[in-house]
Amino acid sequence: MNSISIIVRILRQFRRDKRSLALMFAAPLLVLTLMWLVLDSGDYVPEIAAVDLPDRFVEILENEAEVMSLDRHEAEDALKNQEIDAVLEWEENKPALTLEGSDPTASGAVNMALQQTLNQMNPQQEQMEPEIHYYHGSEEIKLFDNIGPVLIGFFIFFFVFIVGGVSFIRERTQGTLERSLATPLKRWEIVIGYLGGFGLFTIIQSIIIAAYSIYALDVFMAGNFLYVLLVTFLLALSALSLGTLLSAFAKNEFQMIQFIPLVIVPQVFFSGMFNLETLDPWLRAIGNIMPLTYGAEALRDIMIRGSAFGSFAVEVFVLFGFTLLFTLLNIVALKRHRKL
Amino acid sequence: MEKVISLNHIAHSFGVETVIKDINIEIDKGVIFGLLGPSGSGKTTLVKIITGILHPTEGSSVVQDTQMPSLKQMKNIGFMAQSDALYVELTAYENIDYFASIYGLPRSERKQRIKKVLEIVDLVKHMKKPVHTFSGGMKRRLSLAISIVHEPEILILDEPTVGIDPLLRQSIWQEFNKLKSEGTTIIVTTHVMDEAEKCDELALLHDGYVIAQGSPKDLKQSIHVDTMEQAFLHYGGGKS
Ligand SMILES: Nc1ncnc2c1ncn2[C@@H]1O[C@H](COP(=O)(O)OP(=O)(O)OP(=O)(O)O)[C@@H](O)[C@H]1O
Ligand SMILES: [Mg+2]
Repeated sequence: MNSISIIVRILRQFRRDKRSLALMFAAPLLVLTLMWLVLDSGDYVPEIAAVDLPDRFVEILENEAEVMSLDRHEAEDALKNQEIDAVLEWEENKPALTLEGSDPTASGAVNMALQQTLNQMNPQQEQMEPEIHYYHGSEEIKLFDNIGPVLIGFFIFFFVFIVGGVSFIRERTQGTLERSLATPLKRWEIVIGYLGGFGLFTIIQSIIIAAYSIYALDVFMAGNFLYVLLVTFLLALSALSLGTLLSAFAKNEFQMIQFIPLVIVPQVFFSGMFNLETLDPWLRAIGNIMPLTYGAEALRDIMIRGSAFGSFAVEVFVLFGFTLLFTLLNIVALKRHRKL
Repeated sequence: MEKVISLNHIAHSFGVETVIKDINIEIDKGVIFGLLGPSGSGKTTLVKIITGILHPTEGSSVVQDTQMPSLKQMKNIGFMAQSDALYVELTAYENIDYFASIYGLPRSERKQRIKKVLEIVDLVKHMKKPVHTFSGGMKRRLSLAISIVHEPEILILDEPTVGIDPLLRQSIWQEFNKLKSEGTTIIVTTHVMDEAEKCDELALLHDGYVIAQGSPKDLKQSIHVDTMEQAFLHYGGGKS
C-alpha cells in the first residue's frame, strides 16, 4: 500500500515542521482559552428558589447552586426584586424553571446547574426536558450554553482546514504532486495517504482540544467523552478532505487563504452559534450543506444534553458522507494532472 | 533494434498557444537520446508528455508497447523534472527514501541502494541535512539520485546538469554511459553543446517541430560544420 509511504513522509515532515505542529495543537487551545476568558465570567454560583421540590433533588442541586426553599408567593417576589436568579418548581412530574433572565451568565449557570442535577438524578433514564420560562428576556440567552461545543467544533474544523489545505497546495507549488504523479502512485493512494497522515494528527488534536476544553476550561459536559472524540475526529476529517479538495482550485497559498471568508466564515453563522429561528426557512437550509452545522449539532447533543448515540447518529453519518464526497471529488480533481 | 519509446503525431496546445506540432520520434533501447532546442521550444512539455503526466492534445506516447499514461510503465521510468520537486523539510535521505518506497523497493534493499545513489551524486556527507539548506546544484543532484534509485529501464532527465560543476558533470555522464551499457535508455534535454555531443542521437526542437534528427556526427556533417554549436545556430535559423 503506497499510501503508507505517504503517511510516513507526512509524519516526518510534521516532525521537522514545528510551526505547523504548533498551529494544529497550541493555537486552538490558545484561542479557545481567550474566547473562554471573554465569554465565561468566572464560576458564577446561581441562587435558586426551590418551591415544593423533592428532598433528594434539592440535595443534589445544592452542590451546584445556592438553594433556598420558599413558597411560590415569596419566590415570585424574590425574583421580581432580583434577589434570586430563578425559581424551580415541580409541575406534572417534571421540573419547571422560571429564569429571572436579564443576565445571560446567571441564566446559563442556572441552566447548567439544573442539567447537572437532572443528570445525577437519573443518569440511565432518558432525559426529562424541563419547562423553562423567562421572567425577563427570552430564549436567546440559551446561546451561551450552546456556544461551547460549537467553538470546539469550529476551531478543530478551521485549523485542520488551513493546515491540510495549505500543505496540499504546497505539493502543487513545489512540484512534488506532479513528480509523485510520474510514479506508479495511484490518485486515490495520494488522497488516502493525505487523509491518513493528517488524520493521525487530527486524532491527537481532537483529544487535546476536547480534553482541554472539558477538563481545564470546564465547558459544560453531560455526555460521553468518547462520543465527543468521535464527532470531532469526523469533523476534522471533513475539514481535511474539504481543504485538500479546494486546494485544487487555488494556485498558491494565498489563494487558499482566500477560501476562509468564503467557506469557513459562513459556516460559523449557520452552525448554531447565532440564533437562526427568525431566519427564512429556505435561508436556514443553507446550513444543511455545511459540515460544521452537523458537527456542532452533534457536539451540543453530547455535551449539553448528554444524549446517547442514537440521537446524533444522523449527524455522524452526514459528516462521514461529507468526508467521502470530498475525498471522491478530490480523486477526480487530480485527473487534471494525470488522466489515469 | 528494439523500440522503447515511440511518439506518434504528438501535438499540444496550452489554450490557444500550440507548443508542440506533429512530433514523431522513435527511440531505441540502450540509447542516450538528446532533445536540444532553444528556451521555450517545448522540450519540457514534450518530456512531460512522454512520461504521461501531461496528456497531449493530439497523438500518443507509447512506452514499451504501452500507451502512456500507464502505471506499469511509470515503474520502469525514472524522471527528473526541470524544477526540483523535493520536500524541503525532509533530509536528502528521507526524500530518496520516500520515492524509493513508492517505487516498491523492499526495505532491506532500500538502505544500500540509497547509499549507492548518494555516492553517485556525491551527497553522502549531506544526506542528513534538510533540503532547504541545500544549494541549487545540490538539489539538482538529489533530484537525479531520486530518478535513478529504482534502477529504471528508461531515464528521462530534463536538464539534469544545470548548476553542476564540470568535474561532477563529467562523473555523472560517466554514470549515464555505465547505465546505458547496462541497457538503460536515457532521454536528456539540454542547452549545453558539449553534452549534446555526448548523445547517441539528437533531435533539434524548434518552434514545436523537430527540425533535424540524427547522431551528432551526422548532423554536423550534413551541413559541413565542425562543432555542435554551429549546427545548433544553423538549424535554429542563425548563420553557421
Ligand atoms: N502550463 C503552461 N501553461 C501555458 N503555457 C505553457 C505552460 N507550460 C509551458 N508553456 C509554454 O509552452 C512553451 C514551451 O515551454 P517548455 O517549458 O516546454 O519549453 P522548454 O523548451 O522546456 O524551455 P526551457 O529550455 O526554457 O526549459 C513556452 O512558450 C511556454 O510559455
Ligand atoms: Mg524546459
